[in-house]
Amino acid sequence: MNKYKKITLDGIIFSNPTFMLVLGTCPTLAMISKGAISAAGMGLCVLVVLTLANIIISALRKVIPNQVRIPCYIVIIATLVTLVQMVLEKYLPTLYDSLGTFLALIVVNCIVLGRAEAFANKHTVLESAVDGIANGIGFTVALTVMGIVCELLGSGTLFGVQIFKTFKIAMFASPAGAFIVYGLSIALFTYIIDVFQRARRVKVNRIARENLLDAKNADTAAEPAEANV
Amino acid sequence: MNFVLLVLSAVLTNNFITVKTYGICPFLGVSKNTKSALGMGVAVTVVMFLATLVTYPIYKFIMTPLRINFLWIIFFIFIIAALVQMLEAIIRKISPSLYNTMGVYLPLITTNCAVLGVTQLFNGVTDLGEIVKGVASGVELNLGWAVLYALFAGVGFTLVMVIMSGMREKLNCCKVSKSLAGFPVSMIAAAFICMAFMIFAQIKV
Repeated sequence: MNKYKKITLDGIIFSNPTFMLVLGTCPTLAMISKGAISAAGMGLCVLVVLTLANIIISALRKVIPNQVRIPCYIVIIATLVTLVQMVLEKYLPTLYDSLGTFLALIVVNCIVLGRAEAFANKHTVLESAVDGIANGIGFTVALTVMGIVCELLGSGTLFGVQIFKTFKIAMFASPAGAFIVYGLSIALFTYIIDVFQRARRVKVNRIARENLLDAKNADTAAEPAEANV
Repeated sequence: MNFVLLVLSAVLTNNFITVKTYGICPFLGVSKNTKSALGMGVAVTVVMFLATLVTYPIYKFIMTPLRINFLWIIFFIFIIAALVQMLEAIIRKISPSLYNTMGVYLPLITTNCAVLGVTQLFNGVTDLGEIVKGVASGVELNLGWAVLYALFAGVGFTLVMVIMSGMREKLNCCKVSKSLAGFPVSMIAAAFICMAFMIFAQIKV
């Protein structure tokens, strides 16, 4: 169970594809400048494709010859993206229109190919599925949060609902604003992780020191007792 | 006149990096110095040009009559991958010095949004006015216009790459705080390039 907890935490926080590894930047920038709904929709599409691709690739990892593995992965991913595109076009046409060309460009998203190459071809199906879901959630949450910030500042709305009546900075609804929000988010995320890890290190050190002192005290307490015996 | 509009649109007003946000990975990854940025830009331009030259006729004359348009993602990504591999082998054979400056970036280009983005731009479009704003309707989009657009989109890509590499070389001399160093500060620098390019959207011919 501990193994799955580690995979999940790595995917969502410690090697978050958006903030820590800075992968898949093209759809991130394009979608957060369009608003929270587009960003969340893009994240969910990547989540679906990533999970299915991880499952299929890890199930076929002993069949696929090592020399031609990259073309095989690309065929699998391209097929999944085509499927997702057809489903969205039929059932969610508004989301399909707002994602536009970036839906097809999931094929060349570094996250999907990166996870296939770095994780799915070495691990079991269940582990790969967990990894796909965790990385997908990490990507979706990151996109949604930045999308909310961009939408609030850029057009004064939140998921399409009017919040501010007059406040509006049009720059944040363009790629320029998206670059600024993304850059500052990475800085904030790395800073928080840094502080968190430093605090944990201090805590671990303190516990170790206390244990050492306790052990010392126990030794000093135990010695006279032994002497008495 | 249409040619001037196409050049302005592809290089400035619809720039691939600053307006459409295609190809951000090489833009942030390979822009540490001007020489490598220029090499990457030229490589992307060549691949975009050749990919459009190959995929446009295939889409129009093979996939549309057979009604297999929905398979374009699988077709295009394979064509681009094969093209990049061939180009790499040819350049390595013909000119090792060119390979050293430009060829090393070629394998990275297969998974570049900009190439797939430019090839899919012409899918199902029959009128040049749909791609280039300002062109009067009635001008038919043909292979020549598509290839020219791809070429000048690549030129715009190279332009922004070179500007960015210059900014990053200057940024190396500055002191930034630990959490801002690296990607965040270069993204904020990129934001200013984007703002500068937003002005070009006001051009009226």
